[in-house]
Amino acid sequence: MSVQRAFDVNKIREDFPILNREVRAGVPLIYLDSTATAQKPNVVIDIMNTFYRNSNSNIHRGVHKLAEEATALYEKGRDQVANFINAPSSRLVVFTRNTTEAINLVAYSWARNNLKTGDVIILTEMEHHSNLVPWQILSQERGTRLEFVPVTSDFMFDMDVYHQLLRMEPKLVAFTHMSNVLGTITPAEEIIRLAHQAGAITLVDGAQSVPHLPVDVQALDIDFLAFSAHKMVGPTGIGALYGKLALLESMPPFMGGGDMIKTVHLQSFSTNEVPYKFEAGTPAVAETIGFGAATKYLSDIGMDAVAAHEHEVIEYVLERLEEIPGVRVLGPSAKYKGGVASFVLNGVHPHDVAQILDHEGVAVRAGHHCAQPLHEKCGLSATTRASFYLYNTIEEVDHLVKAIYKVKEIFD
Amino acid sequence: MDDLYREQIIERYKNPQYRGRLNPHDIAFEDDNPVCGDHIGITIRIDENGHVAEAAFDGHGCAISQASADLLIESIHGKTLDEVKALTKNDVLELLGIELGPVRLKCALLPLKALKAGVYGLGEANDDLVE
Repeated sequence: MSVQRAFDVNKIREDFPILNREVRAGVPLIYLDSTATAQKPNVVIDIMNTFYRNSNSNIHRGVHKLAEEATALYEKGRDQVANFINAPSSRLVVFTRNTTEAINLVAYSWARNNLKTGDVIILTEMEHHSNLVPWQILSQERGTRLEFVPVTSDFMFDMDVYHQLLRMEPKLVAFTHMSNVLGTITPAEEIIRLAHQAGAITLVDGAQSVPHLPVDVQALDIDFLAFSAHKMVGPTGIGALYGKLALLESMPPFMGGGDMIKTVHLQSFSTNEVPYKFEAGTPAVAETIGFGAATKYLSDIGMDAVAAHEHEVIEYVLERLEEIPGVRVLGPSAKYKGGVASFVLNGVHPHDVAQILDHEGVAVRAGHHCAQPLHEKCGLSATTRASFYLYNTIEEVDHLVKAIYKVKEIFD
Repeated sequence: MDDLYREQIIERYKNPQYRGRLNPHDIAFEDDNPVCGDHIGITIRIDENGHVAEAAFDGHGCAISQASADLLIESIHGKTLDEVKALTKNDVLELLGIELGPVRLKCALLPLKALKAGVYGLGEANDDLVE
């Protein structure tokens, strides 16, 4: 844990200019909404600005100086993202708009060519809508069948039921690696090993895990991994799908257009190689460069250190929130979760909680956080969610607690 | 803060005067706010002269949406349906007596949206109703 001691949150905060602002005169920002989107460090903002000021060009086919520079920067971004998840080759990283598009790519391209009526897809009850609705659409169209691993009473992945469901010989197991509401970290290695034994392909929704935990696609033997840059200190508008080569090569293109082709005739075309066959049209060049810079920023700090810091923070958060009468936190104990605390306060709607917290400078989210079925299961229509990242401090947690007491004061 | 959570709003949220569901009723409508999961149901009874004889709301939501519903329902008692159709965003804001940002405005206007969709007999509510 020597890495952990070298971790200096105050030094890290200096890298994020937005953390210095006030939300109103005299009220400093306390940003506790990183699960929705993370703030961006100077290195990400600057590299994108520099690209537009200095190297902006379309990529790949141009032979002029700028096109060559832009192409090299873009592909360097791919290398950096691939390194970050320990992909065996950069070719296995397909750029998409976000996690949602990456999952849809698998649903449209892989699933529509490999699944038929009656085939079983296993999901969990804690999926974000982005790893639920694409499979519902597929099932309406193709008659595939969705089965769900429940969340246990202590908010964990129900391994017993999973074992039973695997007897149905599922074709696909698609699951979140970290719940965006409960913070629950699912046992991905075991889930994937068992899925493979049962003959299923796995898709990991890494939207929350890749930003907050070390994720190694080879160690976990992941078939598909979907994640977004903006949740890991990178820009919006860019995400990635990692896939194993044989899978990606077997899949037809998702969208047609430029860059995804090798040759085009009036009546036919042949596809470009992986990953370009899935990247139709001009991509988000600046964003990809920013994405690469974000992964480098996190790697330089070390994902073990990031995870250790967040663990320390969330332990303290749970301890403090549980002290407040009327507060109930959803999710497992700190040992099994990332830096997410979704809670309810007796007698006060989450929207009102969030509003009053905002008045105190504390930015949190209120609602169902795109996980309506999970909230239904918990008998709630909404929760207030405070989420934490590498730049959040213990003092900010104290501020959150003080602000919750303010809510109680107003509503009591 | 005092502006947003005036005592009247907290009071109406905690002790609504028109919460419930009328059965039988002449008009009923339900709507949701997808952003926060707020839900509102409105039921109305009309008298023989075409005035609102009785009205009630149920559902769940934040203090703003619930107080807005309670105050709105109170205000339409005795009104003709044409008068209800003529209600606007400003009428609701006047009832609440506060200023709201764009997100909370949706909470405040959800009851009016449901009410007008019901009175117009629409299949689905839309934001044009509360412009």
